[in-house]
Amino acid sequence: MTTPSHTAPQRPLAAQPPSPAGGAPTPLESPPQVSWPHKNLLGLEDLTAAEILHLLDTAKAFEDVSTRSVKKVPALRGRVVVNLFFEDSTRTRMSFSLAAQRLSADVIDFSEKTSSLNKGESVRDTVRNIEAMGVDLIVVRHGAAGVPHLIARNVQCSVINAGDGRHEHPTQGLLDIYTMRQVKSRIAGLKVAIVGDVVNSRVARSNIHGLTRLGAEVTLVGPTTLAPRSFERFGVRVCHDFDSVIGEFDVINMLRIQRERIASNVFPSLGEYSRLFGLSNERMKRAKADVLVMHPGPVNRGIEMSPEVADGARSAILRQVTNGLAVRMAAMFLCKQAGEAT
Amino acid sequence: MTTRLLIRRGRVIDPTQGIDEIADVTLAHGKVAAIGRAAEQPGDQVIDASGKIVCPGLIDMHVHLREPGNEDAETIASGAAAAVAGGFTSIVCMPNTKPALDTEAMIEFVYRQADRARSCNVFPIGAITKGREGKELAEIGQMVRAGAVAFSDDGVGIASATVMLRALQYVGMFNRPIIQHCEDADLAAGGCMNAGFTATRLGLPGIPAAAEELMVQRDLLLAESTGCAYHVAHISTAGAVQLVRDAKRRGIRVTTEVCPHHLLLTDEFVEQYDTNYKMNPPLRSKTDVDACIAGVADGTIDCLITDHAPHGREGKELDFQAAPFGIVGLEVALGLFAKALVAPGHLNWNQLIARMTTAPARILGLRKGSLALSGDGDVTIIDPDLPWTVDTSLFQSKSRNCPYEGWPLVGRATHTIVGGELKFALEGSPSSMVA
Ligand SMILES: [Zn+2]
Repeated sequence: MTTPSHTAPQRPLAAQPPSPAGGAPTPLESPPQVSWPHKNLLGLEDLTAAEILHLLDTAKAFEDVSTRSVKKVPALRGRVVVNLFFEDSTRTRMSFSLAAQRLSADVIDFSEKTSSLNKGESVRDTVRNIEAMGVDLIVVRHGAAGVPHLIARNVQCSVINAGDGRHEHPTQGLLDIYTMRQVKSRIAGLKVAIVGDVVNSRVARSNIHGLTRLGAEVTLVGPTTLAPRSFERFGVRVCHDFDSVIGEFDVINMLRIQRERIASNVFPSLGEYSRLFGLSNERMKRAKADVLVMHPGPVNRGIEMSPEVADGARSAILRQVTNGLAVRMAAMFLCKQAGEAT
Repeated sequence: MTTRLLIRRGRVIDPTQGIDEIADVTLAHGKVAAIGRAAEQPGDQVIDASGKIVCPGLIDMHVHLREPGNEDAETIASGAAAAVAGGFTSIVCMPNTKPALDTEAMIEFVYRQADRARSCNVFPIGAITKGREGKELAEIGQMVRAGAVAFSDDGVGIASATVMLRALQYVGMFNRPIIQHCEDADLAAGGCMNAGFTATRLGLPGIPAAAEELMVQRDLLLAESTGCAYHVAHISTAGAVQLVRDAKRRGIRVTTEVCPHHLLLTDEFVEQYDTNYKMNPPLRSKTDVDACIAGVADGTIDCLITDHAPHGREGKELDFQAAPFGIVGLEVALGLFAKALVAPGHLNWNQLIARMTTAPARILGLRKGSLALSGDGDVTIIDPDLPWTVDTSLFQSKSRNCPYEGWPLVGRATHTIVGGELKFALEGSPSSMVA
């Protein structure tokens, strides 16, 4: 088992100053005075701490829209949002659709199954055609990393990454961070574990970028094949023994395990994985009493965590889904605004 | 041809004869007629080469010309035009065309198209296996008769050790080298850039250095047992350089080559998923770059190549994972090698020229790469101090997949002479006729 260690981040982007919020923003805190210069939201790696906080605070302002009798604001009235999903994800697509509708935008869902031979070509043709119809914002999900960047180079309108390959899933990262801040009232200094298939996870990368930028202490937990030491260069700790560290965390963010990984020999069986890295009732007893348990969903019950943990009092899984709406409203609103300002 | 070509007052460098002096070079009847002072005669074509280097024509032993099969990206004629614009008088083309160059007729086809282009010399490399499938040996003997100068399945490595052993044994009979694209397909499967931190950041599947080193290691064992000449194509990792260095010490007949991008760029250049940085082998780490430079400096790496790999826009505009590997290089290689090797003092011009002329000629058994009397009149004139900026819109190549757009470089070919005929003169560097 590896000795946990902290490595200084080597990329200049990771070396942002700690959160200007300085620890504990209250729900009434006014948004920090930063502009949002980004027409596109392609990844959290591109954002400063101040920009992330600005987005979270904007989301806060949108949060109560969902509790009104008329669940709509006119922010994007007359605008057209396209959900362009090259990879299935009903939940994420619904969340983006609903968020866009609450901003009074017109929403088109567009899924395109592409052949592996010319998938890039149809991406380019597809988005140029879509933009020609007068679209203002494209939300894109694709199985290959970098496709949102390719699209952003080919269109004038705003582009939001809804998950690209193993790269990033920025709105998921933001809603995770939003949920942590909502419950724990701070991000700086928070001890967060990200557990499971880190290597293949876009959720993990977005969490790592966002959390480290805001001053959280991030520990990756998983087998060496799924949570390799090379990730230490992001400025996080890597640990392969869940039990030795579980008591430290304020937040445990469990990643989804793909059953197909067994075929690539990254672990021998779901049983063994679950025994070593699953959040069982037994293991939960060693966690902090107020630990927050998270999961991007859908949960493989009995593998990543027991049903009792998933549905228990410490679980924020449903709260994450709810918060996803406010965060996505904020992302669309800010990107569209920045796009029109230029 | 009756006119003589006089190249006046240049710094003549010919590593094969140990020449490095200011002299005139006279070409007549397509051959080198004299080195020394020449008297002008009426009708002579004269090039003033003062302040410039006059050397044997540059040879690039690793290019992809895409004909037949993908003439939109490059043809033998457009590739040859790009070559002379870059100072190359001879290029050697890889057989990974569609269909592959795997028969006598295909080898003859390349020579015929090159004749029609009337530009630089083009020498084809034949495929080792039928269709480059790595299974059955192609008709190597008949391709040798048609003029194939070496054999390779470049683009992929020969995965089967048995097939590789047979190929080395069989090709050894004709005293031609086997050129191997060293990559273990299993380890590299699905990868699109170097396995390293940048790949981790970008979420792109990586190709580990071990994929290259594993095959180099295996092949060296096989080459040692057969005694055949074995050439590692486009070497890129520190481990592979060390394997070749050790093997040479042990007396194994191994040679290797390196591209400019593996001397100048690292995998950290793959930002924003720019497919102009996608090549195979991929851009590696700083450690690997340093090892490749050291390998050139100490002679472990014998020669310098471009791995010129043209792709049309529609290919390179795909997403990074889907886009094809490869960048063009013929028109920028000399300036890039000068930047990577001469400017920092790893090689002097003499040595650089040897790596781009004598070395490839020796490896392939070509009667080229020398200014010996009565030899072919292939000459490159280089202005080693000429500053210029890479502008891909001016390329003769049909393709523009090049990561060096806008780079300031120093050193460029001003004249390219093939068989005594001036095939390229840089604008502002003309020749004149003696009346
Ligand atoms: Zn190759």
